[in-house]
Amino acid sequence: MADTQLLLGLSFALFALGLVGVMVRRNALVMLMCMELMLNAVILALVTFSLETATLSGAVLVFLIFVVAAAEIAIAIPIVLQLSRQRSSLDVEGYDRLKG
Amino acid sequence: MNLLTVIVLLPLAGFLLNGLLGGRLGRTFVSVVGCGLPILAFLATIKAVTILQTAGPDAALLEVAYRWASFGDQGFDVAFYFDRLTAVMTLIITGVGSLIHVYSTGYMKDDPGYARYFAYLNLFLFFMLTLVLGRSLLVCFVGWEGVGLASYLLIGFWFEDPAKAAAGKKAFITNRVGDAGFLLGLFLLYWALGTLNMDEINAAFAGPVAPAVSASLVGLLLFIGATGKSAQIPLHVWLPDAMAGPTPVSALIHAATMVTAGVYLVARLHGIYEHAPEASQIVAVIGVLTAFFAATIALVQTDIKKVLAYSTVSQLGLMFLALGVGAYGVAVFHVYTHAFFKACLFLGAGSVIHALGGEQDIRRMGGLWRRIPITFGTFAVATAAIAGIPPLAGFFSKDEILWFALASEHGGSPFLWVLGSTASLLTSFYMFRLLWLTFLTPSRMSHDTEHHVHESPFSMTGVLVVLALLSAIGGFFQLPHFLEPLLPMPAVSESLEHYEHSFVFVAVAVAFLGLATAAFMYRGGLARGEALAARFPRLHRLLDGKYYVDELYQAVLYRPLHWLSDRVFLGLGDRLLIDGSLHGLAAITRRASGRLSRIENGQLQWYVAMAVIGVVGCLVWVWRNG
Amino acid sequence: MLNWLLWLPALGMAVVTLLPRGRDSLVRSVTFGCMVLQFVIAAILYQRFDGTVAGLQFATDVPWIRDWGVGYRIGLDGLNVLLVSLTAFLGPLVVAGAWSAVRNDVKLFHVMVLFIQFAMLGTFLAQDLFLFYVFWEAMLIPMFLIIGLWGGERRIYATLKFVLYTAFGSILMLAALIYLVIYTHQSLGHLSFDLRLISGAQLPLNTQLWLLSAFAISFAIKVPMFPLHTWLPDAHVEAPTTGSVILAGVLLKMGTYGFMKLGFPLFPEAARAMMPVIMTLAVVSIVYGACLALVQTDIKKIIAYSSISHLGYVMLGLASLDLIGIQGAILQMVSHGLVAGGLFLMVGMIYERTHSRAVADYGGLAKMLPVFSVFFTILTLASIGLPTTSGFAGEFMTLLGAFNAAWPAHLAGNDLPLALAVIAVSGVVLGALYMLWLAQRILFGAARAPHAPLTDLNARESAILVAIVAAIFAIGLFPGGPLAKTELAAQEFQQRVAGATIQLGSAR
Repeated sequence: MADTQLLLGLSFALFALGLVGVMVRRNALVMLMCMELMLNAVILALVTFSLETATLSGAVLVFLIFVVAAAEIAIAIPIVLQLSRQRSSLDVEGYDRLKG
Repeated sequence: MNLLTVIVLLPLAGFLLNGLLGGRLGRTFVSVVGCGLPILAFLATIKAVTILQTAGPDAALLEVAYRWASFGDQGFDVAFYFDRLTAVMTLIITGVGSLIHVYSTGYMKDDPGYARYFAYLNLFLFFMLTLVLGRSLLVCFVGWEGVGLASYLLIGFWFEDPAKAAAGKKAFITNRVGDAGFLLGLFLLYWALGTLNMDEINAAFAGPVAPAVSASLVGLLLFIGATGKSAQIPLHVWLPDAMAGPTPVSALIHAATMVTAGVYLVARLHGIYEHAPEASQIVAVIGVLTAFFAATIALVQTDIKKVLAYSTVSQLGLMFLALGVGAYGVAVFHVYTHAFFKACLFLGAGSVIHALGGEQDIRRMGGLWRRIPITFGTFAVATAAIAGIPPLAGFFSKDEILWFALASEHGGSPFLWVLGSTASLLTSFYMFRLLWLTFLTPSRMSHDTEHHVHESPFSMTGVLVVLALLSAIGGFFQLPHFLEPLLPMPAVSESLEHYEHSFVFVAVAVAFLGLATAAFMYRGGLARGEALAARFPRLHRLLDGKYYVDELYQAVLYRPLHWLSDRVFLGLGDRLLIDGSLHGLAAITRRASGRLSRIENGQLQWYVAMAVIGVVGCLVWVWRNG
Repeated sequence: MLNWLLWLPALGMAVVTLLPRGRDSLVRSVTFGCMVLQFVIAAILYQRFDGTVAGLQFATDVPWIRDWGVGYRIGLDGLNVLLVSLTAFLGPLVVAGAWSAVRNDVKLFHVMVLFIQFAMLGTFLAQDLFLFYVFWEAMLIPMFLIIGLWGGERRIYATLKFVLYTAFGSILMLAALIYLVIYTHQSLGHLSFDLRLISGAQLPLNTQLWLLSAFAISFAIKVPMFPLHTWLPDAHVEAPTTGSVILAGVLLKMGTYGFMKLGFPLFPEAARAMMPVIMTLAVVSIVYGACLALVQTDIKKIIAYSSISHLGYVMLGLASLDLIGIQGAILQMVSHGLVAGGLFLMVGMIYERTHSRAVADYGGLAKMLPVFSVFFTILTLASIGLPTTSGFAGEFMTLLGAFNAAWPAHLAGNDLPLALAVIAVSGVVLGALYMLWLAQRILFGAARAPHAPLTDLNARESAILVAIVAAIFAIGLFPGGPLAKTELAAQEFQQRVAGATIQLGSAR
């Protein structure tokens, strides 16, 4: 289906946007949102393939990803919150204590 | 039967007993053990001589103690060898040695290191006997180094004075330089002959097939060793400094025995030197030069012991002169007579020093002939003996040396005779100068010293008398003839044979000339001598400064060595180059890793970017290489 | 029985580790007892060692890692019997010497001492390349700790330098070792680290040269030979007395032993080709070490540089490929272990009293400490190589061996060995120069020392030195005994490395 290619293209575009966003944006919350975007792009790709091959495994994985994303956000947001309280800023460039 | 081993071990027992127990068991114990054991060794030597005599003129006693090391089917043994030459040396060592031990009981009576002194003295005897009784050059070398050790310990005996300790070190190091030459000669001999046994070495060189090594080379190398031990030019510098030790030590070690070890070595290995004309010539020339130059230095010395020290160097030079012209037996003859009169002179000097409470400067002596007559009498006899006044012992031996220096077919020449005779003239002169200034001139002693003067105890004067007697009559025993089966006399040039008696007269005349000149110069005291010195100040300074040889060595050897070791090896080599390159390597590593660690900058986004690049790179690589 | 000897220190380690903390004297006694026991076993083994039988004695050969061909193979042969005896002999003396010197972390210290003893014995006894390497590396850890924890001011620098330098060499050796094993895999058909099997391999000369260079660098660092020697003075100066004694007494011998056991016999053609280089470096070590010893101001540094000089004689003896030279090299190894060990022990004794190692701080000790001075003089004379001491036996034989090799070469037109031999003989003068200078400065002259008045040696210290001095004279006067045990191995070494020509040093 031409739709498949379109959808996959969309998925790839969203993934790339998310990746670039993670790499470039400095606001921690925005980075998290971009990571969500990447995850959603992957979901879209999975659903597309599921439709394509008329199996259910892709759709099942979507639920897994939902759960993972939710858990991840549930932990990441408080961490970012704590960090931002420490430095009163959400700018990730300031967090370089692991520097070698 | 282990007689020879016993002779060697007796003094060692004395060393151990006095060294370990002497401090605790008191003076009498130390004296009895310290003197008794050498005397026993002397008696044992006499016994060995009687056994030897019954065996024939060129026989030898041989005892193998044990095998030191084996290599395949070869090996080194510790063995002792006793022929007539050894007999003479051993008798001198144990005989004169015992006398000096007895003398020491009087001289060192008040010294706190009494036990230590006798321990060291016995140790010396042990090593000296090992040296002369050893059959192989290896055993001889053990004794050779050992006497160097004993000398070091005894010269620096009063070690609290750093100058005295330094003198001991100088002796050891100078000897060591000679020993390096000795070792090289030894190695060459071993390589060529496969044995270090001296009798076998002599036989090999005398045999039909010439050994694979040049006799002259070996002879020269061994002579370097002898130069160190017997204080010949250029390794003579330690002997005058060695006077820092107690006077009996100077008598025993630096007059009668240790310094004659070099003479013994050459005489023992005559087989090599008989076939080494070049080496022999060098021996003779160095000997006569040493004799001459040392005599010139002795002319201006003002310390009684230093005069005798340079005199010893000079007399040793004459012995080497004899060896160099092939008159080995005559050289040993001079060793024998020299032991008597030089020991007597040194011990006499000791007696004088003892009488004057420590004074050694002859400018502050004089008039002692009445105050310490026995010392004077014996000293005078010994002086006459060394000057070569007939019929005392020195006359016989010195006369033969000079004769062979001229007439021997094995290298004799007028040059040697002239220089040797000049040295004899100077000897006679400075020895009588010493006699006059010390004993016969009016007194120049300080008041306190003069008050103090007293004759030495019997333990000292008795020995002096014995030695003086030996100096007087010792020459009548025809030692060269006794040794002739072993050490043949060199052939004498026929044209000169008739003139032998004339030369004897010349020699006697020389001796008396020296006596007369000295008497004339110094009869009234120091005045004429000092006037003469004032007329030739630079010459006097040169002689007084001993030709500045010590300073030369300092400038040419010690200081460059120190500079080289410090600046070049340590500063440049170790620190700058080697350690420097190591530290440089470490610094490079540190800097490189510093630069590399900048990748770890703690920036999360940087890490993500790196990871993405990496993944992309892998994907591209897979895509390209299937 | 040999296994008992090897594993006793390891057992001792376990026992001491389990001892309760704070019981210092118990720790010392247990360690001392363990060391004495292993010395007794070593003495028995030495007595029973038969010098007329070729090959290994008291051997154990058990497969360890089958897939790699690694086995637990140990045994005594002529090359290591004396060194093992030396190690066992010095063990109790080392512990006795540290009795009052080490006060903190006593337990750890003694565990480390036992560990090192175990590693050293293992290195000498190993007949399997892998095992050898394991023990060789194992020795680094306890030494690192001993210098690093109980050492002097610059101990971190010194111990790091020591470990990194040695480890660098070891890595090269490991690479060469692995290559060697893989190479012989082809001819043997299976992987094996067994020395006997590997010795039979015929390698091309080029390969041999590379491999020997790798091994040689590693061993040369250990010996130490010029120019890879600069770790030694620092290590010695900063190490505690025990560390110095172990280092000088035994560790340095591991380098020369490596040359003797592995380096030269495994690559004979390369060894012959490299001999001029080795001989040159050996003679340079002799002279360079002596010259540097002359200008030092720290007593321990003087003895450290003298070690470089003395071990130069060992390498010279080995390089001569003459039976007398080789035997002399072995003897010199033992002699140096005793003499240098003894000298370091004495420095430790005086340091305990004054906390100064500077030559300038001392004078007139012969008056203040007569017993000390007697022993110091004897050890000085042994170091100089005075006849009747083991030092003379070693130096004489190595020089004779070197000369026996050099003179024929000279006659054949190659003058380098002869020049080297003559320079080496001059080393005896230099040796006397710096040692007598040291003795002069500290023993004679006006009496002076920090924290004076000082007490002379106590019974324990005297006993240690009596043992060492007795051994020195025993070997010096009767070297025939030890030499008989090593002769066969030395001949084998000579035949293997020198090829068919056996020079017994004569041209008759």
